[in-house]
Amino acid sequence: MSDETDADAVDVRGRIDRLLDGDATLVLAVLGAIYLAYVLAGVAFGYGLRGQLNSIANLTFYIGVFGMLALALNLHWGYTGLFNIGIVGFMGIGVYVTALVSKPPVAQGGAAQVGGFGLPLGVGVVAGVVVAALFGLLVALPALRLRADYLAIVTVAFSEIVRFTMMSRTFQSYTVPDTIDLTVAGVQLFSFDPAADTVGLGGGGGLILNYPDPLEALLRTLFLWEPYLGFVGFVQRTLISNNPKPVIDGLVYGLLLLVGVGLFYLLLSRVGKSPFGRVLKAIREDEDVANALGKDTDRFKLTAFVLGSALMGLGGILWYSSRGSITPPSFRPNITFFIWIALIIGGAGSNTGSFLGGAIFAGLLYEGPRYMKNLIETAFELGDAPGNFGTAVAPMASLDPVPFVLYTLDSVSQLRLVIMGVVLVWLMHNRPEGLLGHRKETASSVDLSRPGGRDANDAAAADGGEKR
Amino acid sequence: MSESDDTTADGSASTDEPLEDTPTENGSEPVEDGSPSDVGSTNENSTDESPETPAGDSMTIEDGSMTPEGGSPEDADVPTGSTPLEVEGLRKTFGGIVAVDDVSFDVEAGTLTGLIGPNGAGKSTTFNLITGMLEPDAGTVRFNGEEITGLEPHEIANQGLARTFQIARELEEMTVLENMMLAPKGQIGESLWRSVMPITREAVREQETEQLDRVWEVLEFFEIDHLADEYAGNLSGGQRKLLEMARALLTDPDMLLLDEPFAGVNPSLEKRLLEHIHELREEGYTFLIVEHDMDLIMNNCERVIVMHQGRVLKDGTPAEIKESEEVIEAYLGGEV
Repeated sequence: MSDETDADAVDVRGRIDRLLDGDATLVLAVLGAIYLAYVLAGVAFGYGLRGQLNSIANLTFYIGVFGMLALALNLHWGYTGLFNIGIVGFMGIGVYVTALVSKPPVAQGGAAQVGGFGLPLGVGVVAGVVVAALFGLLVALPALRLRADYLAIVTVAFSEIVRFTMMSRTFQSYTVPDTIDLTVAGVQLFSFDPAADTVGLGGGGGLILNYPDPLEALLRTLFLWEPYLGFVGFVQRTLISNNPKPVIDGLVYGLLLLVGVGLFYLLLSRVGKSPFGRVLKAIREDEDVANALGKDTDRFKLTAFVLGSALMGLGGILWYSSRGSITPPSFRPNITFFIWIALIIGGAGSNTGSFLGGAIFAGLLYEGPRYMKNLIETAFELGDAPGNFGTAVAPMASLDPVPFVLYTLDSVSQLRLVIMGVVLVWLMHNRPEGLLGHRKETASSVDLSRPGGRDANDAAAADGGEKR
Repeated sequence: MSESDDTTADGSASTDEPLEDTPTENGSEPVEDGSPSDVGSTNENSTDESPETPAGDSMTIEDGSMTPEGGSPEDADVPTGSTPLEVEGLRKTFGGIVAVDDVSFDVEAGTLTGLIGPNGAGKSTTFNLITGMLEPDAGTVRFNGEEITGLEPHEIANQGLARTFQIARELEEMTVLENMMLAPKGQIGESLWRSVMPITREAVREQETEQLDRVWEVLEFFEIDHLADEYAGNLSGGQRKLLEMARALLTDPDMLLLDEPFAGVNPSLEKRLLEHIHELREEGYTFLIVEHDMDLIMNNCERVIVMHQGRVLKDGTPAEIKESEEVIEAYLGGEV
């Protein structure tokens, strides 16, 4: 990764070779290519600056969330070999808990809506992450003692239980008493006047996230809100006269997500490049061996699972908490499988690969098909699509493919899943280890080359200096 | 057959007693860098050390008599040295099949003991019972005077009883170096927060750097240092056996249980492996080897335990085994 900093790379050719070899270069190149494609598509659509920025903000958002979640899954699957297909459950728990904690106490938006505890958003986020971690513990405790595939069954069942709980009428709303007293034998142990009046999960209608906008809350905490508004005003005067704030909000939030990805990466590569990560890898390869070498594998699996679950909860919070509302259908298992596809594309076992996979998935498979459709429609100015499959196929008999093509384009959001499937099948046949699945991230905090023949504190070599 | 069992049980009983009396005398000494020969020389300085060492310091030798030089002066009443491993009345059934039936034996410190027997004699099951991979239905296993029956494999490994597997089980998608670095005990970086927190990570790095010297030393000892950066999955069968033994050695064990270490190994490598084993035994390590190849065991072990149909058939020196009618019959399929 930081091979280019190697001091002994005197000859230029070797340096260029290694630069091209470096994972970071590959990631940057892929990101650049995706962004370039989006900008060019925007040009083709005739987007103005506002449209372009909006499209980039949207792309950045999905790269950010998929990158983060793929990184978290990589800790479970890529490192420890834990088959978690309940990712969306942890995401849902994270964002629902955040909503419950941070929504204002007074119910708004009609009888079906409920309030929350009205605590600051930061508290809500921490609570969401902690509760996701606790549920990770709850799921892992019984499941990790079973064989690997049972964990998969338990986790997918868990994520569906979470979703059905969100929809359940039982938990829809609960009226909080004005005061909660705990009096035992005439002694008042506890008296509490909750601010909330009704709390709950909102049932099938979901929750309106009527707490302050997360970005605004963050910037206010950092005393950057006024400068930020000034900047928005400046942009409005100079570049975009037509309401630039939502676009800039989106861009800044996207950038913050990328910073989040960076922090996830930093944390997880530290985890990976350590004795702890080494044991995780050993568990993935052969748990009995790790056990026979004196490692308490249950403890390691549990720790890794809980950490990964917490990160998934955080990923869910960052994905959904900036939206106006959340509803249970957003937390169907397909999100889980999207993240799995991202990880498989990038290469399980590699943190760099996980992010790369997240970016490629978000840019090409998740958002790409819709852009493709718009591009084709703009380029050819085709008419309306036929209403059903029959009228689309019938003209094929007279060698007129246009209605069929139109119909295909019109169904592109459904076809997206087919495309993902095809990509997966192709990958499994041709590159089952993923783009960066070589697993060359050495699990050690130090350079493992022979002592004596190395610079003692050469951090660059410790990072990626495995010369093979 | 039952007579031979009785003799073993008697034998272990006689060596039991001095063991329990002597630990305070010998003190307990952490084995530094896996060379227990040091223990003999340092024993005198640490006689006041309690045998109850802190949990983190699990690599201690309770009886302190790993080497003949260290052991004999103090354990005067035990002429053959102490017995780190004592197995008594071990029994395991799978459904209706009695795989291991009342197996008792003990292994003397600093020896090479062979465990042989025809297919299905219960050797591997016995191994798995000793190392905690299986839980016995009855019987006890004692290691360095402490009962380890029913402990988890990692707990047993941490007591200093290391094992290798019948089919070399490498961590294939990890390099040879990673395989080796995994093994040492007491790595502080195995705690998640210590590895992640910036303040504590420096200590983790320091410990790993120290550990690395030892790793390279052992790699060189087994002459596989040229493969250090190779993925373990790319090694040949024999190289894997070497790596597995090297890795087991890095856990700083008192005793090594090798499950068919020579299976699928070519003759020249077999010779090398044997040399390594003898060299280590001279350093003071104790070995229990399960093996199929009768000649190999007869030529290299001081003591041989023969198992047949889940029971110990004969326990003695190679010469005694060779002359035993029962053993010959068992191997030739005659009636016992």
